[in-house]
Amino acid sequence: MACLALKGLLLAASPGAGEEVGSYAVTGDAIMEPLVGGKGDPARGAALISDRQRSLCTLCHSGPFPDAHLHGTLAPDLTGVGARLSEGQIRLRVVDMKRLVPNTIMPSYYRVEDEQGRRVATVWRSKPILSGDDILDIGAYLTTLKG
Amino acid sequence: MHALWPLAAVGAAAICGIVSAAGIEDGEERSGVDFMTPETQALQADDMSNPGMLWVLQGEQLWQQAEGRADVACAGCHDDASQTMRGVAARYSAFDAATERPIDLAGRINSCRAERQQAEPLAPESDALLALTAYVAHQSRGMPITPATDARLAPFRDNGRRLFQSRIGQLELSCASCHDDDWGKRLGGSVIPQAHPTGYPLFRLEWQTVGSLQRRLRNCMIGVRAEPLDLELHLTERARGLLVETPAVRP
Ligand code: HEC
Ligand code: HEC
Ligand code: HEC
Repeated sequence: MACLALKGLLLAASPGAGEEVGSYAVTGDAIMEPLVGGKGDPARGAALISDRQRSLCTLCHSGPFPDAHLHGTLAPDLTGVGARLSEGQIRLRVVDMKRLVPNTIMPSYYRVEDEQGRRVATVWRSKPILSGDDILDIGAYLTTLKG
Repeated sequence: MHALWPLAAVGAAAICGIVSAAGIEDGEERSGVDFMTPETQALQADDMSNPGMLWVLQGEQLWQQAEGRADVACAGCHDDASQTMRGVAARYSAFDAATERPIDLAGRINSCRAERQQAEPLAPESDALLALTAYVAHQSRGMPITPATDARLAPFRDNGRRLFQSRIGQLELSCASCHDDDWGKRLGGSVIPQAHPTGYPLFRLEWQTVGSLQRRLRNCMIGVRAEPLDLELHLTERARGLLVETPAVRP
């Protein structure tokens, strides 16, 4: 049984992040400073958003992404999100939506607190779902969605 | 169709904060069949095309077949299944006094096989066990689910409810997040049903075979021994009044 669950886990996503979570400062409903240095790559961000194994975004969100018939309807459409929200606001929403909507179903992509008791499988433990670089690229892409 | 796999990360399974779930309102309970495409609905509705019926027919044969050191068939003791097994699946799982735990229909069949027929127990998810279980459950098709009221089941059912509502795994989702709060919406390409166990064992197109509710749950998320049965008790309670469909068909 554990085996099967693990199989599910491995399929779930490559535990690619595999890094420590750095600290960040929240200002209002945003994280003003990028989590890591360097310039975000919007093309890589676009690919990552559509990656159903790793980011899972389109399982819940629709938007101007490929394979519209496979988009979920559990979350707001991300069309025009770059006009509604600043890069810093988007960053906080991807990093830890629970700070804004405590009961949200959106996973906190860059948070590993409170893991005890949730029995996160070993491969995933102490790792954020996405890395700082991933979030930089996703932010760089989403800010281009102006309408 | 594989939408659930990615979210199987939830399956590292255990308990933490209990989320208060609104639940499904009275009168809003709907079987998974209502969320399927017309094509898949038609596949289930017509016994000539429903692939699960092959298991039911195989079960009918096994029912008649003498087995084990006792050299006796199920029919030897239980006679005509359409009389003696009618309604049994609609009230399972039951409390098993011998093990002091809940026992599901397949478990009950296997215990008759071991103790009454004195034969080797059938392997979980084996064709023979699925066939017998589908045959027995099929005798309740069209009857409303009326879970056993045995008080000894209560602690297990409560544990199942707690599990159902607990956010688990790296993604911190609970079964209730989807099946109580967001049923009818789409996760990727799949409509989220209410997760009622109305049609098990059932033919799943994704599996290309018949499987048990335990397999479905394991697949969905759970990696913790024994707990899937508790979850099953809770699911059956949630499905009270819905009609048994075995053998159902699901995407
Ligand atoms: C399991 C479901 C789920 C997944 C997976 C998910 N989200 Fe969300 N997301 C939501 C929900 C639900 C909301 C709305 C907040 C709320 O009310 O809970 C949301 C809100 C947002 C918002 C704010 C939108 C707005 O218009 O205000 C952004 C941006 C966002 N998500 C980006 C992402 C990105 C990027 C990913 C993948 C890396 C992602 N989401 C994955 C469920 C999800
Ligand atoms: C030698 C007799 C005998 C044989 C053979 C036998 N059973 Fe049973 N079975 C019983 C008895 C006795 C009970 C308990 C009845 C009760 O608890 O009221 C029972 C109970 C059951 C129940 C639970 C019914 C309920 O109301 O909870 C099922 C299902 C069942 N048997 C299926 C089978 C199947 C399938 C086979 C063949 C693989 C089989 N039995 C073979 C004697 C037998
Ligand atoms: C993120 C959403 C989500 C979560 C969390 C989730 N499920 Fe599901 N579940 C689904 C979807 C979508 C389907 C339908 C899949 C398909 O048709 O391929 C489904 C199907 C089912 C079914 C089959 C129902 C039928 O008609 O036969 C059962 C039972 C079930 N889930 C139980 C559970 C349990 C128990 C949990 C928690 C351990 C759980 N689910 C967690 C989305 C979810």
